[in-house]
Amino acid sequence: MTEVDANAASAGTPVPPAPEPVDSPPAAGPGPRRRLQAVAVPGTLVVTVLAVFSALVVGAVIIVATSTATLTAWGHVLHDPGRAVHTSWTAVETAYAALFTGALGDPAAYVHAFQQRTAGAFVAAFTPLSETLVDTAPLLLSGLAVALAFRAGMFNIGAQGQIIAGALAGAAIGLVLPGLPGTLHLALGLVGSFAGGAAAGWVPGVLKARTGAHEVITTIMLNYVVLNLLVYLLGLPFFLGGGLQVNAISRPVPAAVQLPHLAGPGLRVNGGIVVALLAAGAVWWLMRRTTLGFRFRLIGASPAAARAAGVDIPKMVTLAFVLAGGLAGLAGGVQVLGVANQLVPNFGEELGFTAIIVALLGRANPTGVVLAALLFGAFQAGGLQMQAQTSIPIELVEVIEAVIVFFIAAPQLVRQLYRIRAQGGGIRLLSQGWGG
Amino acid sequence: MTPITWGAVGGGRAAAAAHHRRRFWHGVVCCGLGLGIAVLFALHVGGASLARLNLDSAPAVSVPVVVLPVRLTNAVLAAVAVAAGLLLLLRPRGRHPYAPLGLALTAFGLAFLVWAARGTEMSFEGMLANTLIDSVPLVFGALAGVMCERSGVINIAIEGQFLAGAFLGAMVGSVTGDLWLGMLGGAAAGALIGALLAFLCLRYQADQIIVGFVIVTFATGLTTFLDTQVLTPNQSVLNSPATFGPVAVPLLDRIPLVGPIVFDQNVFLYLALALLLVIQVGLFHTRWGLRVRAVGEHPRAADTVGLRVLFIRYRNVILGGAIGGLGGAALSIGSTGEFTADMSAGLGYVALASMIFGRWNPLWAASACLLFGFADSLQSTLSVLNVPIASPFLLMAPYVATIVAVAGLVGRVRPPAADGQPYRRE
Repeated sequence: MTEVDANAASAGTPVPPAPEPVDSPPAAGPGPRRRLQAVAVPGTLVVTVLAVFSALVVGAVIIVATSTATLTAWGHVLHDPGRAVHTSWTAVETAYAALFTGALGDPAAYVHAFQQRTAGAFVAAFTPLSETLVDTAPLLLSGLAVALAFRAGMFNIGAQGQIIAGALAGAAIGLVLPGLPGTLHLALGLVGSFAGGAAAGWVPGVLKARTGAHEVITTIMLNYVVLNLLVYLLGLPFFLGGGLQVNAISRPVPAAVQLPHLAGPGLRVNGGIVVALLAAGAVWWLMRRTTLGFRFRLIGASPAAARAAGVDIPKMVTLAFVLAGGLAGLAGGVQVLGVANQLVPNFGEELGFTAIIVALLGRANPTGVVLAALLFGAFQAGGLQMQAQTSIPIELVEVIEAVIVFFIAAPQLVRQLYRIRAQGGGIRLLSQGWGG
Repeated sequence: MTPITWGAVGGGRAAAAAHHRRRFWHGVVCCGLGLGIAVLFALHVGGASLARLNLDSAPAVSVPVVVLPVRLTNAVLAAVAVAAGLLLLLRPRGRHPYAPLGLALTAFGLAFLVWAARGTEMSFEGMLANTLIDSVPLVFGALAGVMCERSGVINIAIEGQFLAGAFLGAMVGSVTGDLWLGMLGGAAAGALIGALLAFLCLRYQADQIIVGFVIVTFATGLTTFLDTQVLTPNQSVLNSPATFGPVAVPLLDRIPLVGPIVFDQNVFLYLALALLLVIQVGLFHTRWGLRVRAVGEHPRAADTVGLRVLFIRYRNVILGGAIGGLGGAALSIGSTGEFTADMSAGLGYVALASMIFGRWNPLWAASACLLFGFADSLQSTLSVLNVPIASPFLLMAPYVATIVAVAGLVGRVRPPAADGQPYRRE
């Protein structure tokens, strides 16, 4: 059975669990056969849900262990154990309630809005949801960039640099060509950001194809190169515009070149989420319905088989990286033309790294990446609310996200913790060392 | 161009041909560097232009300022680079392909410095001292990588070990008021991160690159969170350690030029040098090293002769983590005197690159760290001199150099054969 068959089967009909003992995780077997079977995973959902739940528990423990109020209460635990438990519970509950309402909205506010039927009430109720979608769009696009490379057997840590390259190209196009009609100009800007990211993705791709240089190291290095390039370019008069500025912040992209708001000017949700969902559909179509996508998956699943089948591996490697870079570049474009509207030296901070976690959580599969990006967009929006309301730093969200992936990378751990017998659910072993 | 080799390695004849081809291209590069020196740094400079390099900083030893005629000096350096290139081109069968290249690169760097200092005075000595200071954490990081990867576990979590070590080092040093305990705390934090890596990768056989990467996210998030939530409200108690001051080594610090640079630094530099020597000798000349390398190259064979593969890997990854934690402590209690969020700012990845650049060999990796440290200190030195190069490009240079190196300048880098592969007994 090839990986391709397994994928098709899992998309259509449910595949009966592989008759393997639970103790040997199918994902970890070094042999190509076992590696391929691991893709059809009925236990994926169970393991994912349990991983998210466990990570939230870890987050709760961190909240309790670091807040002064709970620590004081626990200091008197022998004297008043009820208060210790109660204080801890309240701390966790308020934090997670803020996280939830900040991501999805407050039910009371929705009720209020539908009773009042005023624009202001609707905006207030839907702002959290809108923020979640705003955060989802770039995460989804860059997550797809990492996922596509994963499918072709490569680890793209360079999404960060590709995002910046795309944003640079998008912003540059937005700032020149003043006479163009808005829609055309915006389309050009998005195409430009795709091209900018693709250029940044081409470098590690062609280096791997021609010289075998490991993409992990070249993409990390390129991230720094692009970052310094951004700092340099932001110092140029073209981006700075006139006037004396202390900080290197580019002048804003004209309003005509910005992605249109989807739900009125009061909510920030914009066309970026549409672009991202279309891209997810395109990636799904590419990987499942085209020869090119088939070849990508083939070099990812079994380079030996791909070579035997006459696939031009260097070309596919380069092309996969160009497309991945383009998707990440589009994320930068959506961010600069939809949300930020200008470039700053720390543009897209951490976005490219969160994207990797999104791709892992989504098992490098377009549908999964959409769901994972939604979850993390919600975490991001809710985390800000949590920080504002309970003064618990938003980095807690980062910790929770990382712990989720720990559990997913080691599904056996989840199975042991919850004593379940579900199969699979892990991440396919991707990197067999630096050799490629 | 060689196509991708997905595992298989070419035969002896192909390797010899590749060696000749590489020697040829290295020769071309050397000649190009010589030409570059002549065109960029010598020909257009006036004959009377002088560069003053200040080699003196310590009051104990007095070295006069070196005054060099720019055009003449750089003409000589250009000749050296071209000679190195010709040596490579004319003798295709030589044994040491990298020495001439290194010579030409050094000549290029020196020529650039002399040219940058034309008409002014440059603190050459201060720049070298900064190079060393900047590379100390990198050396710890690269050694952390070597320890793990020689035993067959990929460690891209060095950045996480740095942050954890910097955090706990500062906190323990501040609470106890004892910097040595702080150092120990830093090592312990790094070891914990190493243990997490080992636990997930060895016990649950998770993908090592993925887990390593996520550990960095985890450590960044956790230390930033704790910094905001715990350290900042109690800054004076929890995050105000002292710093290790410079300790002069008697007599040795009186050596001109070298003395003040190497032998009047803080304890982290000496520790890094000691660890470097111990690991270099240990890996290649002791039974411990042989076992570690056996486990990293061919775990099945090592298991067959009775080595405990997983135990050796656990031990090395945890020790490596501790060394990475020391590098983090060098950042906080060895330098700035407090923990700040995300203070390693990607240095862990630079250390990783140094390790690969240095081909998993401690000494070569440390040399690569020096190169990165040099670029950093060069950038700050040049910012006060009259050089028409924007500082982002100077900061970019070492990363570009790494890409070029990984892509073939140093030939195909060969990691330990079992690096990154989980081991399971049959």
